[in-house]
Amino acid sequence: MDIIIIGLLLGGTYALIAMGLNLQYGVARIMNLANGEMLVAGGFTAFWFYTAGNISPLLTIFVVAPVAFAANWLIYRIMLEPLVRRAKSRGQLEVDSILATFGMSFIAVGLMLAFFGGDYFNYSYLSVPVIIMGETYAQNRVVAFASAVVICAILYAWITFSRPGLSLRALAVAPDSARLVGINVRSRAAIAFALGGAITAVGGALISSFLTLDASTGVVFTLKALIIVIMGGVGDVRGTIIAALLLGVVETLVASLIDPGLTLAAAYALFILILLFRPQGLFGRKPT
Amino acid sequence: MMMKRRSALKLGAAAAASLAAPRLALAAETVKIGAVAPKTGPLAGGAVVTQWPNVALWANLVNAAGGLKVDGGQKMVEIIEYDDQTNPGETIKAVQRLATQDNADFIIAPYGTGFNIAAAPLFDRYKYPHLAVSAITDQVEDLASKFNGMFFLLGSTTAFVQGVVDVLKGMQADGTLTGNKVAMVNVADAFGIELAAAAKPLFTAAGFDIVYDSSYPLGTQDLSPVVKAAKAAQPNAFVAWSYPPDTFGLTEQAVIEDLQVEAYYTAVATCFPAFGGRFGAAAEGILGAGGINPDSEKFKAYAKAHMEVTGNAPDGWASATTYASLEVLQQSIETVGLDREAVTEHIRATTFDTVMGDMNFNANNFNEKFWTVGQWQDGVYQGVAETGRQGAKPVRVKQGWA
Repeated sequence: MDIIIIGLLLGGTYALIAMGLNLQYGVARIMNLANGEMLVAGGFTAFWFYTAGNISPLLTIFVVAPVAFAANWLIYRIMLEPLVRRAKSRGQLEVDSILATFGMSFIAVGLMLAFFGGDYFNYSYLSVPVIIMGETYAQNRVVAFASAVVICAILYAWITFSRPGLSLRALAVAPDSARLVGINVRSRAAIAFALGGAITAVGGALISSFLTLDASTGVVFTLKALIIVIMGGVGDVRGTIIAALLLGVVETLVASLIDPGLTLAAAYALFILILLFRPQGLFGRKPT
Repeated sequence: MMMKRRSALKLGAAAAASLAAPRLALAAETVKIGAVAPKTGPLAGGAVVTQWPNVALWANLVNAAGGLKVDGGQKMVEIIEYDDQTNPGETIKAVQRLATQDNADFIIAPYGTGFNIAAAPLFDRYKYPHLAVSAITDQVEDLASKFNGMFFLLGSTTAFVQGVVDVLKGMQADGTLTGNKVAMVNVADAFGIELAAAAKPLFTAAGFDIVYDSSYPLGTQDLSPVVKAAKAAQPNAFVAWSYPPDTFGLTEQAVIEDLQVEAYYTAVATCFPAFGGRFGAAAEGILGAGGINPDSEKFKAYAKAHMEVTGNAPDGWASATTYASLEVLQQSIETVGLDREAVTEHIRATTFDTVMGDMNFNANNFNEKFWTVGQWQDGVYQGVAETGRQGAKPVRVKQGWA
């Protein structure tokens, strides 16, 4: 039982990491390789607020979210929109955006090195045990999981039931046709990209309470997020959540029952299995 | 006509000379020292604590004193820095560039065991003395016989494991370690694997029972299954051959799980000031790799200068040894000049006075006196086991996590 709970807690962390990339890739069609850097920047901000002013990361996210939203909106408008406009096909946009954001990730690492230095940073927040069904868990992980649940629920509800959410879904399914029914594709894509960045940064702020980060760890998170998004199905919020939880539980099962050394192997085995039997991802649509 | 041409030539020559002269003079005034280590990538967090501040501190102190004393005068040192991105390919490229393009007079050893071994052939080809600090291996003899100018300052894998075994043995003799059950985990990376492989036979030979033995991949995000399983094995001592992020992660989980052991050891980064800052009172009694004698006058002066120049405190292990390697280099250069082969010979034959105490090298270019185990005691990281260093403190038992 405790294995399942640890796995779900880890899965919640993974959902936080991957949700933003899902919006950016699934809706805005930008394969953002600088996603992990945004996450680390969110973590840095939380670290800074906590050490300088003793402000809880749970409050910091209300600062991080709008700032990251604005920053990502600007990045999309200034850097990525010219690529979108120039791209003749979706494939070309993917290649262009991968190259552009790959470069951007180096700039982001450089900026963070300049501002924060290359030192490891972590702090102690809610690092106390909490007992659930007779077993002990770290409170900061439980809090991050609860926040992930809240964020995913709000996002899912917003995308499923609201009008702007509907247009985002339309964009994810058929960007060319979305235009024909009166959706302002460019402005919506910018909003999806910015929202994705904001969620990633919030995720970073939350996980910084229990992970040790440094300026160049971003790429680790980008890769994890990429696997989860592809496993879950590009552009589907449910898929990302399920894939993240699945990955968390499988990794923990393997670590607890077989050997902690095999967690990476298990994660990639799961990835390969899903790619073999459902190449479009758990919730993805078959390409027509 | 002849006159005119000649005077024109003279003028031209004089102009060329006057243009070239200041440049030549400037080039001759500085001693170029190359430095290659990660500023980005997985090892950057360690290099930024241990390696780079000492390079900056040394250059700062040498230049503040007027420069290196060579050829009867003094020359300023100029540091040429390259970020190897924690990629051995980049380390090799940077060393090559320093040797052939920048014409560095000397090159400071890279950071990390694998990186030093990767760069060793180039140091050897261009005859640079290679004072490897952050490189711990059992292949010292083999490497030193291949690469004549490669020196090892920080110790060997087996010596580090032996240090831990001896500390636990000592605690058993004192009655503070009441059993022989050891839970051992390691990070699945060159350093962790080598230490774990060396540790198994040594623990068994010393009469310890390894009740839990496991590895986890570098960058594991959730170490709670590892600590839970180790706790379930009810060990008397917990030993982790860990790297910086997991040293923090394991200890955090140990606090949460309330892992009750009499000895708790994590390897790299336990000695970082950030570790003590992060865990505060819970760090009390935690054992870690390395060590120093924080009470020696030399170390105190060094720590003060480190704080003043770089704004941070040195760590409790390789910081001071990194600085000592630069002191060795400086003392040799000031004795025999800028001839690299002469410097190598001088390093091999001399006993140096450094921040760590006296330092010399055996027939395998190996510094035999180093610290192996340290412990957080009353908020200070103290050396508790060594191979010939002064000032080791008695080991304390780990009492809870409060």
